[in-house]
Amino acid sequence: MRLGFNFWLGAGLTTLVILAGILAPWIAPFDPVLDADLMNSELPPDSTFWFGTDGQGRDVYTRILYGAQISLTVGIVSQVINSIIGVTLGMTAGYWGGWWDDLVNGFTNVMLAIPPLIFALAVMAVLGPGLPSLLIALGLTNWSWTCRIARSSTLSLKSLGYVQAAQTLGYGDLRIMFTQILPNMMGPILVMATLGMGSAVLSEAALSFLGLGIQPPFPSWGSMLTDARQLIQLAPWVAIFPGLAIFLSVLGFNLLGDGLRDSLDPHMRTRTP
Amino acid sequence: MTDPLLEVDDLHVRFSVAGGGLLGTGRRMLHAVNGIGFSLAKGECLSIVGESGCGKSTTALSVLGLQEPTEGTIRYRGQPLTGQGAPGRMQRAKAVQMVFQDPYASLNPRQSVRTSLAAPLRLHGITAASEIADRIEVMLASVGLTPEQAKRYPHEFSGGQRQRIGIARALILEPEIVVLDEPVSALDVSIRAQIINLLLDLQEKLGLGYLMISHDLSVVEHMSDRVLVMFFGQVVEEGGWRDIFERPAHPYTRRLIAAIPDPDAALNPGTKDHFADAPLPAGRSFAFDGSTAPDIFSAPPPSELVEIAPGHRMRLVPVV
Repeated sequence: MRLGFNFWLGAGLTTLVILAGILAPWIAPFDPVLDADLMNSELPPDSTFWFGTDGQGRDVYTRILYGAQISLTVGIVSQVINSIIGVTLGMTAGYWGGWWDDLVNGFTNVMLAIPPLIFALAVMAVLGPGLPSLLIALGLTNWSWTCRIARSSTLSLKSLGYVQAAQTLGYGDLRIMFTQILPNMMGPILVMATLGMGSAVLSEAALSFLGLGIQPPFPSWGSMLTDARQLIQLAPWVAIFPGLAIFLSVLGFNLLGDGLRDSLDPHMRTRTP
Repeated sequence: MTDPLLEVDDLHVRFSVAGGGLLGTGRRMLHAVNGIGFSLAKGECLSIVGESGCGKSTTALSVLGLQEPTEGTIRYRGQPLTGQGAPGRMQRAKAVQMVFQDPYASLNPRQSVRTSLAAPLRLHGITAASEIADRIEVMLASVGLTPEQAKRYPHEFSGGQRQRIGIARALILEPEIVVLDEPVSALDVSIRAQIINLLLDLQEKLGLGYLMISHDLSVVEHMSDRVLVMFFGQVVEEGGWRDIFERPAHPYTRRLIAAIPDPDAALNPGTKDHFADAPLPAGRSFAFDGSTAPDIFSAPPPSELVEIAPGHRMRLVPVV
């Protein structure tokens, strides 16, 4: 399997973020919440505080490592929820057609008409702030494109010979969907999911920035940006490093998605010796 | 002759299509198949020929169970395949299978040949790994592939090899009837003959009944025992292949035959387009007017198939 430079760059950035999140308790030099010391507030980056300190004297580097946990959880879990909802609705709608198709299409159109961030805000307002409601809100708002893609892929795959062959061989509908249709549309679905992870990380940052996501004093990249807002002229590193973390992880997810799409194309698979 | 494997009697298929009116007011019925009937015996190849849209594929889909007929019955060994008491997909799968036209779209690109062949066997209750492996090996050998090729993926094969895999998949459940939907028309001309000969060999060896859909008349001439000529969802002429190709009686059949490219036509002009007219029975005329397209949204005018020679029938209308 030949994988391009983009894939490896994306995989590298994503691995970096995953490792940062998992290893945070061991590699972080300080505690992200308790090691606040107003004597050290707004220190520029140096050998002790690699990314400087924030307004309460907490180490920005430590908080970014812990923030990676939140961003990853939000990115992955919300996209898993989105993909499951989107694929289930889209594939069954495309395969069975009829009133179910009309119903799913109508529902998808309604979801597409509502701006996702506004809908997520509404869900957060009902459920209250915090990580679980963040996951639910982002998991329920971003499945419409996945659903569209799953439905149209199913429609085009359904007319192909191998799906008809599976029907004549006696396969049931669900078996056909899972063995014949789903594997052949995994490429675009996975690409949508990884691209969606990027946008989920951004949405988490936006919701936390608005104060609806992760609650202070616990660190997430979005809430760190909120805190940095008043300090941006005095201590720009407090804003720059979380912003850089968001940028690099979203870039990583997107490059990974593109790379996966290329490598999942069966025509790129080489002959086994 | 033994009992027919497959009997199709008075098959009608109609589709409801949107006619452009507001709120579905313009719905009309499209008459795709209007009273087709035929039978297929063990070891026989029956071809259905006709232009695009004449209903030949719809007829085949009905036999396969992928299209529910509006009226009429399809029986396999005397048991109904449609309507009340119809078998499920599983039992039907052991009776009828299909070889598809496009070998590039008929194999799942994410399944190796072995998986494509083993999954249907497992689905039909054959679970012993050794038996599955044996049957796959035998099947691959009988379509001219080696056992080592089983672990490869479809994109590693040529069009002709893919069609061999498609044939192997159609035969792995040991059906008695195989529907051949334009089995060689997507293949390179140089390998068509190989696939045709393979199909004929397998037919002889396994006693298969072939129902072939084609508009390639040279293939039909080579493979068929009997031929049905379809036009506008009806059989306009049926007979043995000699009747159809050497003594075509219906004007539509003659047009089809005349459209076969003849390499000798330039050398001796004017020999091909004259067929001796069989005498028409009294009070009948051809139900065919080639000047206008038929109205596919209404049932065809009354007509009947009249036997003009043993086993050779043609559609005629009573003269008013």
